Formats: sequence, C-alpha cells, structure tokens
Amino acid sequence: MFNKQYSTTNTLHSSVKIGGVTKRIIPCLDIKEGRTVKGTNFVNLIDAGNPVELAAIYAQQGADELVFLDITATIEKRKTLNELVNKIAHHINIPFTVGGGISSIEDVSMLLQNGADKISVNTAAFKNPKLINDLAKQFGSQCIVLAIDTKKEEDGEWYVYLNGGRLKTKIKCFDWAKQAVDLGAGEILLTSMNNDGTKQGFALDITKQLAEKLTVPVIASGGGGTMEHFEDVFKQAKADAALAASVFHFKEITIPDLKRYLQTKNIEVRI
Amino acid sequence: MQLTIIKYNAGNIQSVLYALERINVKAIVTDNVQQIQSADKVIFPGVGEASTAMNYLKERGLDKVIKTLTQPVLGICLGMQLMCKHSEENNTECLGIFDEEVKLFRPSSFIKNKVPQIGWNNIYDLKTDLFKHVKQNSYCYFVHSYYASLGNHTIATTNYMQPYSSALQKNNFYGVQFHPEKSAEVGEQILKNFVKNIHS
Repeated sequence: MFNKQYSTTNTLHSSVKIGGVTKRIIPCLDIKEGRTVKGTNFVNLIDAGNPVELAAIYAQQGADELVFLDITATIEKRKTLNELVNKIAHHINIPFTVGGGISSIEDVSMLLQNGADKISVNTAAFKNPKLINDLAKQFGSQCIVLAIDTKKEEDGEWYVYLNGGRLKTKIKCFDWAKQAVDLGAGEILLTSMNNDGTKQGFALDITKQLAEKLTVPVIASGGGGTMEHFEDVFKQAKADAALAASVFHFKEITIPDLKRYLQTKNIEVRI
Repeated sequence: MQLTIIKYNAGNIQSVLYALERINVKAIVTDNVQQIQSADKVIFPGVGEASTAMNYLKERGLDKVIKTLTQPVLGICLGMQLMCKHSEENNTECLGIFDEEVKLFRPSSFIKNKVPQIGWNNIYDLKTDLFKHVKQNSYCYFVHSYYASLGNHTIATTNYMQPYSSALQKNNFYGVQFHPEKSAEVGEQILKNFVKNIHS
C-alpha cells in the first residue's frame, strides 16, 4: 500500500515537474600561468588554449557552469589569478567556480570581489577544517565548494589525497565529505584519481555513495570519455553535475551534442 | 537614464554590474540615499543571510528608503526575499512590500531534493513586461535555500519540491528569485526588459 501510494505521488509530481532543477554539465579549465592545460592522471600537461576565450565558447554552447582550477597557485601568482577571474567575470554570463591553493578568508574575498560566484577549497580545508566553517559563515555555504581528490586502494576503500593527488591520507572519502558538509560546504566536487584522464567513465560507486547520502549537490569528475559515461553518472550514480575537461577542450564531445543525447535518455538538461 | 544598484553587505553586486555592462547599460553602486532616491531605476541585489542584511539596511535607514521608492525597483535573490513580509531565515521581519512569505525548503521522505537548490530550473506562468520575449519554461540559474510562496503578486512560478514564486511584482516593485546576471541569454533579456520596457 505504501509503495503504491508513493508511486502515485511520484507520478503526479513528475507530471508537474516537481524538483525540476536540471543536471549540470561543467567544463573544467585547469589554469597554469594564465593558460588552460590538461594532463592525464594528474601529470603530462598539454596546452589547451586561452581560458577567457574557451570560457566564452563554452558559455555560448550551453555549459551550465564553469570551473577554473589554478594548478600552479602560489602566493606570487595570486594576483595573476585574480586578474584572470576579473576578465572571465566581465565576459561570461553563467556561474563559475575558482579553485587552487585557496587557504584563507582573504583569498576568497579577493576572488569573489573579482566576480567569482563560488570558490573551491581542497588541501587547506583538509588540514584546517575550521576554514570551511569560517568561509561558510562569512560568505554563505552556497559559494563554498569542497573539492576532494580520491583514490580507490587495494582494500576497496576510497581515500582522500592532498596536494593535487601527491599525498595520501588515511581518511576515507565519505567521512571527509560528510564532515565538510556538516561544517558548511555547499557542494562537493569529487575527482576520482583512478578514473581521471582515462576516458573510461566516471567512478560510479563513490559518486553514488556521496550523491545519495549527502544533503548537498555532488559534482562528479574524472573519467568522462563518451556521452554514455555522462548518462551513467547521472542515472546510475545520481550525480547532480558532471565535470570534464579534455573531451570538451579537444572537441571529442561538444556540449550541444551531449545535452541533446542526455535529453533523449530522459535526463533533464537545459537546452 | 540613471540606474542605481543599492550597495549593502551582500555579495554578488559586482556580477550584476558586469552583466549590465555586457548589455551596454551603465550603473552606479551606492548606499547614498539621495543617489538611490533620484535614480530612474534601482536594482536591489543580494546573496547572503536575511537578518544580517535587514539589520544593515535598518542601521543606514535604507529599509525606509527602499519601501518608499516610486521608480521601478528590481530585487534579486535575497533582495526579492527582503521585499517580502517575513522570512523564516532567523525569523526576520522584512520590508513588507510583497505579502508573500519566505519559507525554508524542507525535504521530506517523499521528496528528497537537496537544499540549497543550486542550478538551472524553469520559470513559467510569466506575467508583465519583465518577461517580454522570454519563452515559457525558460531556464534560469537559482541558488537558494528559502523561497517565496505563491500569492497575488506572483509573476513567475518555478517548481522545486512545490511550486513557488520565482518572480513577484507589486506596483513599481519587481523581484526575481533567480540570478538574471548569471542566467545566460534569458537573464540578459530580463535585465534588458527591466531597463527598457518597465516604466513607473
């Protein structure tokens, strides 16, 4: 009886599109010294173009958001990043997130003032979880994205890695994600190091675990190589958004084609 | 034409300014009462927390100023919520321009949507020239945990757990829950409409 009621309710709801927020497609631009780069398995960087031009093209093609990760973020480069963020904010009409080496309220304040909509924190937040709480209080959870680089070890568990994937920790991915959400993180950007750069598909198991158990949206990252991979990460793993870089930069998949494909698979996307 | 953006302790003001620049509209950002009152049009933006924002406005007398404006005013996101009567966010008395109540999205065992709503959602039942040339069910970008209920002043509706007001209007006051400054071409059209097609 309960099940029957539930399915009836569900049908009614779907007919009036309750909860109509769409799945998001997010191109990621890794930035090194002002240029877009993309490697495989976190190494072998290849130059992939001017970030402002690429951002404008993606926005025009129907990307739902953009993520910029400064992979060479150092204190002396911070000014360059802020200038780049300011240029992006002037030119693109969709939301964007900036990450890479962010470790203080001041860093975040500068990036938001320059027009970033959200920022992502990773290593600094792991080392000082209170940072998430401080940032959420100051700027609101909606602009605090926690990025996690995770790797599945031989014991079958997913562990948190730091410093761009170079430093292993003993903490399990889910535990850290849960703690971060409790501290005020508004979204999780989950990158599977096993999958990143392989184009063999997203890590469905850990994505599903986080997407189903956390109360905030989960952005799946790492491994998207075909349109079916995106379908899988939305349908099977219940991701709220999917992020990819090289497949878009090298035009192996275009955003309009991908969205039309997802639409034919009854996945709600913005077209 | 003088377009003024109200400056207060809420985020995202720069984004609104840049979006206006992209459609070739110049605006000033100020908390100066005279510059707000003498503007041809006023934008009241905002990302933040309701009680903190209301306290800031009250300390500067901006609460009374906003309520008594007679030129077209556009509230965005928190700006729109603050123009309602009351918000559940820290039980805050707001400006009371719109009668609608601001409530928290509450997921249930039946509807397990995530809060805040982050992303692109449809707007429908569009009314007034604010939505001129905007198609029914166009997508706009939303980031919010609280929503304004449906009521007499609803001029756009969106569904998230239940239908709610994604835009409100009363006399010269307009409010949108989504972020037109981040809603691609649709958002640009809505901002253009406010600048060109809305008259007091």
